[in-house]
Order: sequence, then structure tokens, then C-alpha cells
Amino acid sequence: MTSVAAPSPSARPRLRPLSVVPYALLAATTLPILVLYAWLAYGSFFQNMEGLRPVGSFTLEHWRFLWDPGSVEQLRNKPAIIPMTINTFLFAISTALVVLLISSMAGYALSRLAFPGRRMFLGGVLLLHSFPSVTLLIATFIVLRQLGLYDKLLGVILVKAAFELPFGVWIMKGFFDNVPWELEMAALVAGASRLRTWWRVVLPLVRPGLLALGILAFVQGWNEFLLPFVFMPSGSQQTLSTFVRAILGEGRFVDYGLLAAVGLYYIAPVLVLFALAQDQLMRIYAGGVKG
Amino acid sequence: MDRPQITEITEMRGTVSAVPREGRAAAWWRANATALLFMGPAAVMVLLFFFVPVVITLALSLTNAATATGLSNWEWIGFANFDQIFRGQFAGIVFRNTLFYVLATLAFNVLVGLGIALLSTHVEERAGGFFRAVWLLPRISPSPVYALMWVWAAAIPPFGILNEFLSPIGVTPRDWLNSDPWVIVILVNGFVGASLAMLVFTSAIKSIPEDLFRAARVDGASAWQIVRRITLPLIRWPVLFVLVYQSMSLLASYEYILLTTNGGPGLYATEVWSLWAFHTALSNYYGNREFGLGAAMAAILVLVGLVVSFTLLRVFRFNDLVSEPRVEIT
Repeated sequence: MTSVAAPSPSARPRLRPLSVVPYALLAATTLPILVLYAWLAYGSFFQNMEGLRPVGSFTLEHWRFLWDPGSVEQLRNKPAIIPMTINTFLFAISTALVVLLISSMAGYALSRLAFPGRRMFLGGVLLLHSFPSVTLLIATFIVLRQLGLYDKLLGVILVKAAFELPFGVWIMKGFFDNVPWELEMAALVAGASRLRTWWRVVLPLVRPGLLALGILAFVQGWNEFLLPFVFMPSGSQQTLSTFVRAILGEGRFVDYGLLAAVGLYYIAPVLVLFALAQDQLMRIYAGGVKG
Repeated sequence: MDRPQITEITEMRGTVSAVPREGRAAAWWRANATALLFMGPAAVMVLLFFFVPVVITLALSLTNAATATGLSNWEWIGFANFDQIFRGQFAGIVFRNTLFYVLATLAFNVLVGLGIALLSTHVEERAGGFFRAVWLLPRISPSPVYALMWVWAAAIPPFGILNEFLSPIGVTPRDWLNSDPWVIVILVNGFVGASLAMLVFTSAIKSIPEDLFRAARVDGASAWQIVRRITLPLIRWPVLFVLVYQSMSLLASYEYILLTTNGGPGLYATEVWSLWAFHTALSNYYGNREFGLGAAMAAILVLVGLVVSFTLLRVFRFNDLVSEPRVEIT
């Protein structure tokens, strides 16, 4: 029985020669990703690149679009970058708010109330959660046309929020399920309405969940390409995703430095959010399989 | 305060017995008013952007609606669209492309995802977390920027880094997007997709009791034996789930193909079914967007999506997930 008391000392030495191997394998497989991102950053600060070798000297000229957009020839006939950034932000924040509001309402009802059709709705939400909503794009085009929301930012916001909703409702229901109900019972017994109880008592208790879902929905909205691309063709309210695609499509290697700089500018807020809320995002991605 | 708890409990049960004086319909509305208020917005959104589009997709697939007919002058044409699709010369090519794309990418996703999950849970936790975070980068990056990096990486010498990395090990430098578009398509999608498998498998591996590993190690099992005999058998359900789930989402997805090869180079080289539907109905070079024909292509995917989602729901124990809420137990 003494061997049971000392498992790790006896097991460890044998594993030690091998323990470098998993690190090496991980580093080797992860390297392509690191190189791609590092290269994007690197390439935006040199006149030109030949593979990993910078050609010419260090320069900020590719970043001119930020302070002197008029001097960048490739962007002459394009929408200005700052209004487009504001559009993208508005799109992302509106999507996040709509998703948060609607899914925390529905999630609460599904967690706490008994009503006809509850099981059906829960089943439907789970079904839609794994359903590939992108297959509905053609029909969604018709819906938006009929609603008069085609080629409008509001229309794209609603579609994006709707596509994120099954996940949001499901995850919010989970957060509410974990909140003990004594507190809200006390509020209800004291005469507060359901709506008030939900807003004042229950929502504050799931604030971390709201924050995680909000960040996720914001990032998804900020990144969204296909919906603005298809449903806002005129470009009057263009977002950064369709803009990057447009300059990417125009001549692939004409000015990579500029493309890299614009790409990095677009991706930076996501990277910052990811660095700040990495644990929450990892957990919520793992919990809700979407994509 | 005339006994508020009674009315609340009545409302929560959704029963009409406590209010016998009112008509049944009025009582029903009263009993469910709160639920309706909370569920209303979500129900409208689901109706407008899921339920109605599914119906429209199926209905539209039986019409000849197109830019040429407008949205008012179309006609019902029965199954003529499906006839046209399957008799046409491209269905076979696109079908084979789709099959190859889904299977190859799926293999990459699951094998790489499994590898990263196994390795990153067997090294020190902080290091494992770092590697997993890096693998999540492609998923959280805007698709045009991510695609841009690959398009540039795949460029001809001396620009692309892919050639720079591969020529030392004997791969002839080339213009990857033109000569081997599938390699790029699968890598672009694979590096995004593998992170899903990685996350699902990681949480499955982490939920295996540590005692099992410790016991195996005491018995002298090698690392490979532990993986083969303990880890893999215990995560077979998550693996099956990822296989089914990802084959469906790959079948429906075309965003990264659109951004890299856009179905090319040339005619239908990397065109997959979902991209074909998109091109036909929403982004047509010839100016005539054929909504009906595209909807017929999409309808097939919608039906597959519904069947697979429903199966996932049933197989992965849906009933356990929707147990009655406990606040009702009064």
C-alpha cells in the first residue's frame, strides 16, 4: 500500500524526458497563426515586404489614412474611414444591446415562468441554435425588402441580432437558472411586479453573464461581413468589413502595406477586448457552440 | 396590499381556476400576460427571421422569381428549378466539390482540434491556456482581415510567406490560389474550425476525474496508453457531436471561400453548394439574380439543416435540458 502514497514522485521522473514533446508540438502547430498575425502588424510599418523580409525602411506612410486620408490614392473614391468606423461601432453596439435585451427577457421567462408553449419554444431555441442560419439569406433578403429595411443599417442590425438570439436566449436561461429564487420571491411577495423584479432584482445578479454575452455579441457584430455585404449594397452606411473586402478585391498585391494597416486598425478593438475578457469569451464560446 | 402572493402564484402557474368569474379567453390572457410580455420580442424575431424565411425559401424554390420578373410578376413553376439544377452540367461538379470540402475540412478540424486539446491539457495550465487563446484568434478576427492574411501568405514569390516556409522542405514555389486553391480553402476554414473542436474537447477532457489519470499512471501506463484507453473513450460523445455539428455548418458555410477564391479560379473550381446558391440568387455576374433557382438550391440545405439540428436535439438528450423551472413549485 505504500506505493499508493507516492504516485507522483515515481511517475514524474519517467515522464520528464518526454515533457518537452507536447510543448514542441503545440508550438509547431500554433506557429502559423502567430506568424500570420505578426506579419500583418510588421507589414503595415514597412514600405514593402518580400515574404518575411521588409523592403525599404520603417515607415508610417501606410497609416496615413488615419490623419491624412485625402493623400491616399487608393482611398480617393471611397467612403471616409472615421464615419465608417462609427457605423461599424453603431452596428456592433446596437446588435449587442438588442441581443442582450431580448434574450435576457426571453431567458428569464423560460427559466422562471410556466406558460403554454414553453417546452416548444425551448426546443425551438435549441434547434435554431445549431441550425445554419446562413442558408436563410435569400429568403431574409425578401423579408427585408417587404419590411422596407433593405439597404438600411437597422435591417442588418435586426437580422444579425435575430441570428445571435437562439444562442443568447439559451445562455441567459442558463444564467437565470443558476440564480437562487428566494430573493425574487421575496420581492414578488412584497408586491413588486414581475417586470420590476426582473429589472431591479434579478438582472443585477446576472451582471457577469450579461457582460460576457454583451462582449461576445459586440465582437460578432463588429466582425460581421456577410450581412452588410448582402443587405447594404449601396455603401452609404458601409462598415469596415465590406470596406476591407472592397479594397482586397481590387488588385490583390497593389499596396499590401495599406491593406495591412487598415486590417490591423479594424482588428485592433477585437484583440483588445479579447485580451481583456479572454476567460469569459473562452468559456462562452465553449458553452455555446456556434460557428 | 390585498394578498399579492395569491395573484402572483396564479400568474406563475398559468391556471385559470382562481379567476372563475372572467371569460376563459380573458382569463387566459390575464394568466399569460407576463409571459407574453417577456417572450413577445423574442417570438417576433424568431418568427420574422427564422420561421418566415424557412417558409419563404421553400415557397420561393417553386417559383421563377428573379430580377427579370421582379418581386411581383413571378409564377409558380412546380419543381422545374430542381429539375434544372440536377439536369444541369454543374450540379455534379459542385456536389463533388462540396463533398470534398466538407470531408477534408472536417478531418482537419477534428484531428487538429483533438490534438491541440489533448496537448494543451497535458502541459502546464497557463501554457495550455495561451496556446488555446492563440488558436481562438482566427475565430474572433473579422473574416475579411483573416482572409486577407491568407491571400497574401499564399501569394507568388517573393511576396507570400507560404512559399518561403515550404520551399526549404522541397515544395516548389507557386501561386497557391491559382494552382492549388483547395489547399488554401481548407487551411483558411480549418484554422477557424479547429478552435471549436478544441474548445469542446478541452472542456470534455477537463471534466474527466483526475483520479483516473493518476490511477493509470500508478499502474505504469504510458502517456499514449492513457490517451488511447482513458481520454479518447470518455470524450467519444463530444467527438461525435462535433463531427455532426461541424459537417452541417461546413455544408452551409461559404464566407471564407467567398473571400479567398470566390469559387474560382476559373469556372466552379472551388464552388460549393451553398456558395452556388448565393451566387445564383444574390450575387450574379450577369445581373439577373435568380431568387427562385437559388432558393431551390438553398432549400436543400435548409432541409438538411433542419433534419440534422433535430437529430442533434434528440440524440444529445434534449429532455434533460428543458426540465420544468423550479420557481413554479409553490
